[in-house]
Amino acid sequence: MIQAVMVISTQAKPRLLKFYNFQPPEKHQDLVRSVFQLLSARPDSVSNFVKVDSIFGPGTKLVYKHLATLYFVFVFDSSENELAMLDLIQVFVETLDKCFKNVCELDIVFNFNKLHTILDEMILGGQVIETSSEQIMKSVEEIERLEKQSSTTSFIPKSITERFTR
Amino acid sequence: MASTPAAPAVAPSLVDTLFQRSLNDLVKSLRADPSAAGEAVAVARALSEIHREIRAPDAATKSVALQKLTYLSSLHFAPVGTHLLAFPAIELLASPHLPHKRLAYLAASLSLHPASLSLLPLATHQLHKDLSPSSAGAAHQQHLSALALQLLASPAAAAAPDLPVHLAHDLVPHLARGSPRAIAAAARVIAASPSAAVPVLFKPLAACLASPDPRASTAAAAAFCDLSAPPADATPFLPLAPDLYNLLTTSRSNWALIKVLKVFARLAPLEPRLAARIVDPVCQLLTRSSAMSLTFECIRTVLTALPAHDAAVRLAIGKAKEFVAADDDPNLRYLGLLALGLLGPAYASTVNDCRDAIVKSLGDADTNIRQEALHLIMGMVNENNIMDIAGMLISHVAKSDPEFANDILGAVLAACGHNVYEMVVDFDWYVSLLADMARTLLCAQGDEIGRQLVDVGLRVRDARPELVRSARTLLIDPALLGNHFLFPVLSAAAWVSGEYVDLTKDPVELVEALLQPRTSLLPISVRAVYIHAVFKVITWCFSVYVGRLGDSGMAVDVMFDRLAADQTVGSESNVALVSGEEQDIGASTVRKDPFSHESILYMINLIQTTVGPLINCNEVEVQERALNLIGFVHLVREIQELNKRNVADGDKPSRLEELVKTMQTVFCQELGPVSVNAQMKVATPDGLILNENLVELAGIVSEDDTTPSTSIFFYPCSRHSADTRDELAVSIDSSSLSEHRKRHGLFYLQTGKTEDEPNDYPQANDSLPSSSNNSVNDDKLKTAELVFAGKKSTATKSRPKVVKLDTEDFLSSMMPSANVPKEDPLSGALRDVLLGSDAKALSSQRASDINLEGMLNKTSSNESSSQQIENLGSHPASRSSSRTSKQQNHDKEKGTNPPESDGKEPRKHRSSGRSGHRQGKHKHREKSSTQPDTIPQAPVIQDFLL
Repeated sequence: MIQAVMVISTQAKPRLLKFYNFQPPEKHQDLVRSVFQLLSARPDSVSNFVKVDSIFGPGTKLVYKHLATLYFVFVFDSSENELAMLDLIQVFVETLDKCFKNVCELDIVFNFNKLHTILDEMILGGQVIETSSEQIMKSVEEIERLEKQSSTTSFIPKSITERFTR
Repeated sequence: MASTPAAPAVAPSLVDTLFQRSLNDLVKSLRADPSAAGEAVAVARALSEIHREIRAPDAATKSVALQKLTYLSSLHFAPVGTHLLAFPAIELLASPHLPHKRLAYLAASLSLHPASLSLLPLATHQLHKDLSPSSAGAAHQQHLSALALQLLASPAAAAAPDLPVHLAHDLVPHLARGSPRAIAAAARVIAASPSAAVPVLFKPLAACLASPDPRASTAAAAAFCDLSAPPADATPFLPLAPDLYNLLTTSRSNWALIKVLKVFARLAPLEPRLAARIVDPVCQLLTRSSAMSLTFECIRTVLTALPAHDAAVRLAIGKAKEFVAADDDPNLRYLGLLALGLLGPAYASTVNDCRDAIVKSLGDADTNIRQEALHLIMGMVNENNIMDIAGMLISHVAKSDPEFANDILGAVLAACGHNVYEMVVDFDWYVSLLADMARTLLCAQGDEIGRQLVDVGLRVRDARPELVRSARTLLIDPALLGNHFLFPVLSAAAWVSGEYVDLTKDPVELVEALLQPRTSLLPISVRAVYIHAVFKVITWCFSVYVGRLGDSGMAVDVMFDRLAADQTVGSESNVALVSGEEQDIGASTVRKDPFSHESILYMINLIQTTVGPLINCNEVEVQERALNLIGFVHLVREIQELNKRNVADGDKPSRLEELVKTMQTVFCQELGPVSVNAQMKVATPDGLILNENLVELAGIVSEDDTTPSTSIFFYPCSRHSADTRDELAVSIDSSSLSEHRKRHGLFYLQTGKTEDEPNDYPQANDSLPSSSNNSVNDDKLKTAELVFAGKKSTATKSRPKVVKLDTEDFLSSMMPSANVPKEDPLSGALRDVLLGSDAKALSSQRASDINLEGMLNKTSSNESSSQQIENLGSHPASRSSSRTSKQQNHDKEKGTNPPESDGKEPRKHRSSGRSGHRQGKHKHREKSSTQPDTIPQAPVIQDFLL
């Protein structure tokens, strides 16, 4: 399964973190730091796979892509194929690109929720559930439509929300 | 707005309370000051704000606060009190307003953790509601259930065992629809609590595998791939083989094929007929597929799971070599090397074909590729090419960066040292290689090199001359003394040259090297070894010198006069000073003959000048050894003085001889390797209860044991009440040691040889100091024998004998068996479902079965524990033997009708798998019980497969 998805800026700032295996929150910062150290030490145009047994436990690997100012990192175990994971990063980045029209780091910084929505349409509980970026796009747009619908309808019965929160 | 109990120091301004900051505002404020301090201030301010807002009665305010909190805890690692986040998140899960609900689900799935799990059951009802069909629109409903599945598959839910139990049934309709989301969630739920989820979810999940919808079958293949991943036992998934096979031959999806191949790679070793079935489809995929990921997966499957199919393996190797040759893509090159690394030794020659490419990869810019190349090269090593390969690698060390250089050194050391130097034939070569390695610029493997130098010395008698030569080159080089990585190597070299001093060509030079000024740079422990080595060298020189005097009948007086003269000089200034002339004598004459009068004198003087000051050293280790050495030197001189005054001239040589012989005796005992399990061989004597509480002895100990003694032997009061006092503290000095040994031989290592041990080698701790004189000669004889008795003869040189203890074999053979997969709850639960038909029929009987099983366990566990104690001493009985004894026990239990017991056995073991968690104590026994399980399963698979 996929154990974690990370997007880290070249300034070592995390832009998206999602763990599919439980990691204690107090350890998150260390994980990001060690992954960043690992990646920043690697020159360009070398292979995209790194064994990370020391960080995420035995048998784990990560695959990463360095695009502009961001590292896209997928951590996975022996049940995933290395090249397939590399393709999946490509799908993820393509989808972001389509959703934000030429994605840049700022889009990712300011769209915390949407990023998670996109990722959740692609991976659930560490399993890949969708690999077509068009399909993911469609689902995300559908969700946005539903949300808008919901917000217009739910403004009317304000008394209900008040009663609910009391 | 709500009142704020945890309000910030400054009361919130009107603006603050009226206009809530959105997440975007928060992000902007965080970015306003990118410095760490600025960020910390912004986070703290935001947190205090959130603390106030999150208590708001208004759902909108609360949800925005929750969103900000989630953001801060996820990306800014803000420490968030678990309940602060969990309560509002669970509260908002129930919101009818979709955006709020989504935020709540996101917060819950990202940030809930075991500390807040007590709250998660509160969400159970809401999850149940969102998962079940409602009046809302289809799209809306689907979205709600997607959210609920998301939370159900999150790591937080996996840690809350109740949640899956309650919600497993809600997943079933979703699985029936073939929703990939539900399939993925079901896999997580099963993994989280197998015992509860498997009976409900496994069959619907297995049905998805045969679903006509490719999305469902792909997701199901992925789910089973995940569930059968290594820590778990793949055996229960064998019955799925037909469906998986179907998928393998018909599916178009690369994702599905990859997952199916992965599952087959795990199943094939378990079921011999499977490999023959899948080899053709896999080869077809391998030749036809254009997707690199699938090709690579095929290669990996063939190389790991189908090693017996030669044509397939060759095809896979061919593809892997194409990968290795891909110059423009480092990923393919890396994976190609990785794949070749999977090959067993049987195909080492095939890998050898692309050795050039692999060696070239050692210099690659990519650490991964370098590492894999190194791994591959080490895999090629055998006893014929180890010299070439090690030489080539060592030459690479100089060209590599420090980290990789040490990886290379470590790999060479590990390969050569593997299984007690199994592959090394020429130990002279190996010893000099060790010395070369130590001298490479970036070496940080001093510990291992030092250990191996000593180890080779202990084990391989024939390597000692070269060892001493190599040690000399290491010791005389003053430059090495500055490198702290090499201290362990130098320590080993010093020990080796002291221990095997009789092989030294030039002891004077050795003493000079050991006492050179730069030794002050060494750490205390190593210095102590150096001084002790000097002690051994000088003792040996004396013995040779005295021996010669006896032979030649030369006048001893001359020497003693000189010694005495020197003594008078020395006594004036406590520390003997070497006068200028004497040093000249030393320099000119010592080179000619190291055992001449002058050289002995020179060495003694050198010792007194350099070691003398160390008797005031504040480190006890060094001080003690320095005192020993100086004491010995003084002793030699005092004999002379004594003799001059009182005793007749004729006694002098004999006194000296006596002293030298005594000293020689101290060092004559040859040290051998000690078995790791030596202590286990000591049988526990009757009447000694190791776990007995010794508190009552404390009084006696504190009364009598005034001198601190490291060795206190306790005996059961009941037996030795009379002489306990005498025996409490036994200090080990040489005389009482042998006495003690005589009395309590039981506690010492047995001197009787074990079969595997070479019987011409001294036991490690054999204390026979009296027989020392002969032993030197004996040793020579034995060495001669050994040379002739060389077992394996290769073209150039026969391999010398390497001492190897039986326990080392035993240990290495134990290693793999320690990894026997444990009976995990998942496979136990799965087995129940997969063999469900008869298991269900048996469910009424099961309760009674378990009772019986428990009884059996109890009786035979007693037996096995007593067995274990017995086994400590001897070789542990193999598992099969303990199994047979158990079987016998079974038979004994139901001695009346033995034929029936055979039929019932498998069932019983199955139920034992189920009750595994309760009977954790008997895990060991259950492991062995998985074995018979495969037998009743075999026919089940046969039906599906053929």
